[in-house]
Amino acid sequence: MEKVQEEIVEEFGLFDDWMDKYNHLIELSRSLPVIDEKYKKPEFLIEGCQSRVWLNAAMEDGRVVYTADSDAVITKGIIALLIRVLSGRTPDEILENDLWFIDRIGLKENLSPTRSNGLISMIKQMKLYALAYKAKNQKTGRNGESG
Amino acid sequence: MLKTDKLEYNIEKIRGDFPILHRQVHNKPFVYFDNAATTHKPLEVIERMDRVYRETNSNIHRGVHYLSDVTTREFESARETVRGFINARNDHEIIFTSGTTAGINLAAFSFGERYVGENDEIVVSALEHHANIVPWQMLCERKRAKLRVIPMDDHGELDIEEYKEMLNDRTRLVAVTHVANSIGTVNPVKKITGIAHEHGIPVLIDGAQAVQHGSVDVQDLDADMYVFSGHKMYGPTGIGVFYGKENILEEIPPYQTGGEMVDQVTFEKTTFNQLPLKFEAGTPNYTGAIGLAAAIDYLVETGLDKIAAHEKDLLDYAAGRFAQIDGLKVFGAAREKISVISFVLEDIHPYDAGMVIDKFGIAVRTGTHCAQPVMDRFGIRGTIRASMAMYNTREEVDRLCEAIGKVKEMFG
Repeated sequence: MEKVQEEIVEEFGLFDDWMDKYNHLIELSRSLPVIDEKYKKPEFLIEGCQSRVWLNAAMEDGRVVYTADSDAVITKGIIALLIRVLSGRTPDEILENDLWFIDRIGLKENLSPTRSNGLISMIKQMKLYALAYKAKNQKTGRNGESG
Repeated sequence: MLKTDKLEYNIEKIRGDFPILHRQVHNKPFVYFDNAATTHKPLEVIERMDRVYRETNSNIHRGVHYLSDVTTREFESARETVRGFINARNDHEIIFTSGTTAGINLAAFSFGERYVGENDEIVVSALEHHANIVPWQMLCERKRAKLRVIPMDDHGELDIEEYKEMLNDRTRLVAVTHVANSIGTVNPVKKITGIAHEHGIPVLIDGAQAVQHGSVDVQDLDADMYVFSGHKMYGPTGIGVFYGKENILEEIPPYQTGGEMVDQVTFEKTTFNQLPLKFEAGTPNYTGAIGLAAAIDYLVETGLDKIAAHEKDLLDYAAGRFAQIDGLKVFGAAREKISVISFVLEDIHPYDAGMVIDKFGIAVRTGTHCAQPVMDRFGIRGTIRASMAMYNTREEVDRLCEAIGKVKEMFG
């Protein structure tokens, strides 16, 4: 997980200016594991004033797998990064991670609550899913539940 | 012979009066096109307020000491300046508030308490900002009254015939915006007021987007109440004006209560002070009021007609340039418009566009502009809005067009 964050920082280190960075995010937006159309409904919507985000999570072999989408491309690119770091991890790993890479690649402004683009709420929601699966695991004492 | 408004309008001098315009953003010269959200402040305002804090600061109306007296006189002189600016009959019809929102809330409470009951109706328009919707909605909930909405057409103009039909003997108030913040439509408020008055219905006008773009005469409009903010007209934040006709202000109860606004207080009963103090509970923002007067002086010195002509030129120029950009669609084509252009780029999310435009050092607003019903009317989730002011230039419009070109290249 730390390694993925380091990788991302290195990747973004190649770009000198914002435009290349944004172009890279546009590229990344295409790699996003897109949420199934059937989940693109209000229950899965994280409403921001500027852009909207849909998020779903499923448990596979004790690991949380996320899918998501957004109506704005830059937001979608950032989601792709978040998913790259957090998806396929155990609930504990997800809950402990502080996503330090965001600051290092100069995208912190995009995660300010004042931006109201749904990203802050999305990270919170990702962690909530992890917490919910963790609680469920402890209760049932087994992994592999999907939902 | 060639002397025109344009030649008289010294844009270089004006830009020189606004220190913030000379900074850089993202290492580029700063272009500010978010003037409908707030405007920048000329030196005249900044220095005037600085002087209050450095030289004369004291609470007003209370002390007998020298500085209290000086500040009280400056505060009351600011009230006189505002009165002259909107041509109200009397100084005491000018109530200082914290802004337009506070003024509308005052009206919704005080006027509502006095005049609105069950099954009564309040009329607003489809062009309102949330601040001129929600306080009335809350009032209607409290009083079990109904909120009616004047519809608009595809150009963003209100349907006056529908409006006429809407008025009846249960209508207690019409509350409309003078100018729409989201798409710039100038409403025919004089006509709207005249029609309401034929039925004996008073009218509140939200002037937050109007007073900085041209002369407003509340007597000529025959507005019963008129509200606006200081910070959108080159003045400080936290100060605004609620104008009400004397007879209305006398009739309606105070909104907030506290010091200064009372006459006699015992634990059994309190009697309230005369206008305007009846509506100015607590220590007013006297520094803000004095700063607002400085902004008004600045606008009047520059000439509101000249400002309007300059902004019209900018609007026409921008509309012409935008018309040449493929896939750019403008919302709001009212015959009378202020210098606001709200637009979308085909298949590009306004947020994505705004992020790239920002990197050019250009400030535009993206989103719903706190006017979701307007966006819903056009079936969109938001726009990019460029709102231009007295200090903007054609060259800045060119830079915005250049940025839009880049947006299209990146996302198109």
